[in-house]
Amino acid sequence: MPSRDPGRTVARVPLTDTPAVQARDLRRTFRSRSGIWRQTRSEVEAVKGVSFEIAPGELFGLLGPNGAGKTTTIKMLITLLIPTSGSASVLGRDVVTDVREVRSRIGYVFGGDRGLYERLTGLDNLRYFSELYGVPPREQRARIGSLLELVGLTGREGEKVEGYSRGMRQRLHIARGLLHDPDVFFLDEPSIGIDPVGARELRATIAGLRDQGKTVLLTTHYMFEADELCDRIAVIRSGEIVAEGTPDELKELVSAGRVLEVETYGVHDHVLDRLRVVPGVRSVVVEERGQLQVLVVASEPGAEVTQPVLGGLDETRVGRVSHRDPTLEDAYVELVTRTGA
Amino acid sequence: MIRLRQLAVCYWLQLKILLFSPFEGFLAVVFPLMFATAAMLVYEVGGDPEAILYAAIGAAAMGIWTSQTVSASTLVQRERWAGTLELVVAAPTRFSLVLLPITFAMATIGLYSVVATILWNWWLFDVRLQVENWPLFVLSILMATVTIALFGFLLSVTAVRYRTSWALGAALEYPGWLLCGFVVPLDLLPAAVLPLSWILAPTWAVEGMRASAAGESPWLDLAICGLVGLGYAALAAYLGVRLIDSARRDATLALT
Repeated sequence: MPSRDPGRTVARVPLTDTPAVQARDLRRTFRSRSGIWRQTRSEVEAVKGVSFEIAPGELFGLLGPNGAGKTTTIKMLITLLIPTSGSASVLGRDVVTDVREVRSRIGYVFGGDRGLYERLTGLDNLRYFSELYGVPPREQRARIGSLLELVGLTGREGEKVEGYSRGMRQRLHIARGLLHDPDVFFLDEPSIGIDPVGARELRATIAGLRDQGKTVLLTTHYMFEADELCDRIAVIRSGEIVAEGTPDELKELVSAGRVLEVETYGVHDHVLDRLRVVPGVRSVVVEERGQLQVLVVASEPGAEVTQPVLGGLDETRVGRVSHRDPTLEDAYVELVTRTGA
Repeated sequence: MIRLRQLAVCYWLQLKILLFSPFEGFLAVVFPLMFATAAMLVYEVGGDPEAILYAAIGAAAMGIWTSQTVSASTLVQRERWAGTLELVVAAPTRFSLVLLPITFAMATIGLYSVVATILWNWWLFDVRLQVENWPLFVLSILMATVTIALFGFLLSVTAVRYRTSWALGAALEYPGWLLCGFVVPLDLLPAAVLPLSWILAPTWAVEGMRASAAGESPWLDLAICGLVGLGYAALAAYLGVRLIDSARRDATLALT
């Protein structure tokens, strides 16, 4: 399975002969024009040769910052966008030529408030999409009932969607995406804007999909979510996959050593620049926590950077200093903030 | 059979969406009556009963035309704003079959406007429609409704490709009144624009309404109307596939 940066590709789970999802050197360029008399054309290459495979029954995470190309990649896989070049298939079917076959076997859910008919009830929304997805009339009632149960909306299905909370809408989205019992499920930031309790329930639902043998492609900004749910993860940055592997492999890939956290007050940019060139330091990221700034310093394996880093902060007020094991978020931040990687 | 059920259920649910909007409902109720009032006040000045009857029948068709062209051209935009456009396009059902029940739900609202206009004219202007052949008159109204719905269907399909296509409906509203001969006889229009009138199915439908009201045969008008309407449907089905492909290629489905 090729990657844009083979040096960073790590071991992955063995695949069957026919992957559930396969992307090969997938590219997508957006062209736009502006101006009436003097038209200027611009091109943005949103996805620059992405390749990956997802095995049947696997829960695969696609992580990356805003604008990295996650949604564009998903939209090509679910047939909403035609790739500029490269190819992709879902369950062996080409996403450009076998459009109807692909659509009948995939489910798609995106995060946020939109994507539902506000003036209809939750039940009517599900009835509508059942018809569009060709759910046999005899099965509809039972199918909708069991999905409402699955997403915890039983008893609320008769209410208009405009009165639903964001969490309820998101759960209704999941139910909608599962109406036709798809084999492959695409979830594009499904937990965005949901409260912690709702997000936890949503994660349980997603984990349940994997337990049922569904193949899931999940994009998310929440690292703990990806860490908890995903079998494998690809990190995409500026349209290219920069790393791929299991969550543990990614953590080791980036920082085999420990992470130093230093609480500071009013640290200046020139101080950060100085710290970044300290021998053994791989990255320095600042997390704002109210008046407090926490420097997250990732180091090379075996490097002792605590004293040099504290020495470099001599002009800055310093609070608590601690060490911890690297998290997936550390790995992610380092991967997407690396320059020239 | 399953396809018919799909169309029927989708039609009913889309009609529910249209009926549950208080603001749009208010506009749908009031607009046709305002148009009818304006047309009747103009024609009443002449005091010619035949001309008033001419205007009364034309005013009834004006309501359907307005509700269909404006709503159909904004249909796709509404789906876009609701975030449902991508979902219905991503469904295995052909996009034209998704739009068809929606346009017929809109046509149902248009049908209301015909009845409301006739009653309004009767109540406010004391215009009693003298119709020689009621069954053919009703058939002509239904033909007008269906073919205008098919025209709306064609508009909504073409609108998927372009973000600002909703403006098309507003641009077509008033020229359509003239070109279809709703309140102005086609004889008064320049000969150069008559071909445009002929390719608009409502022109023939409203001629059919007038012919059946006068006790003449409306069948030729209705046959031409039906053929033109079928032409709209065929063109919409053809364009539906190509324009969706074009939208997928140029990434215009999700633009708001």
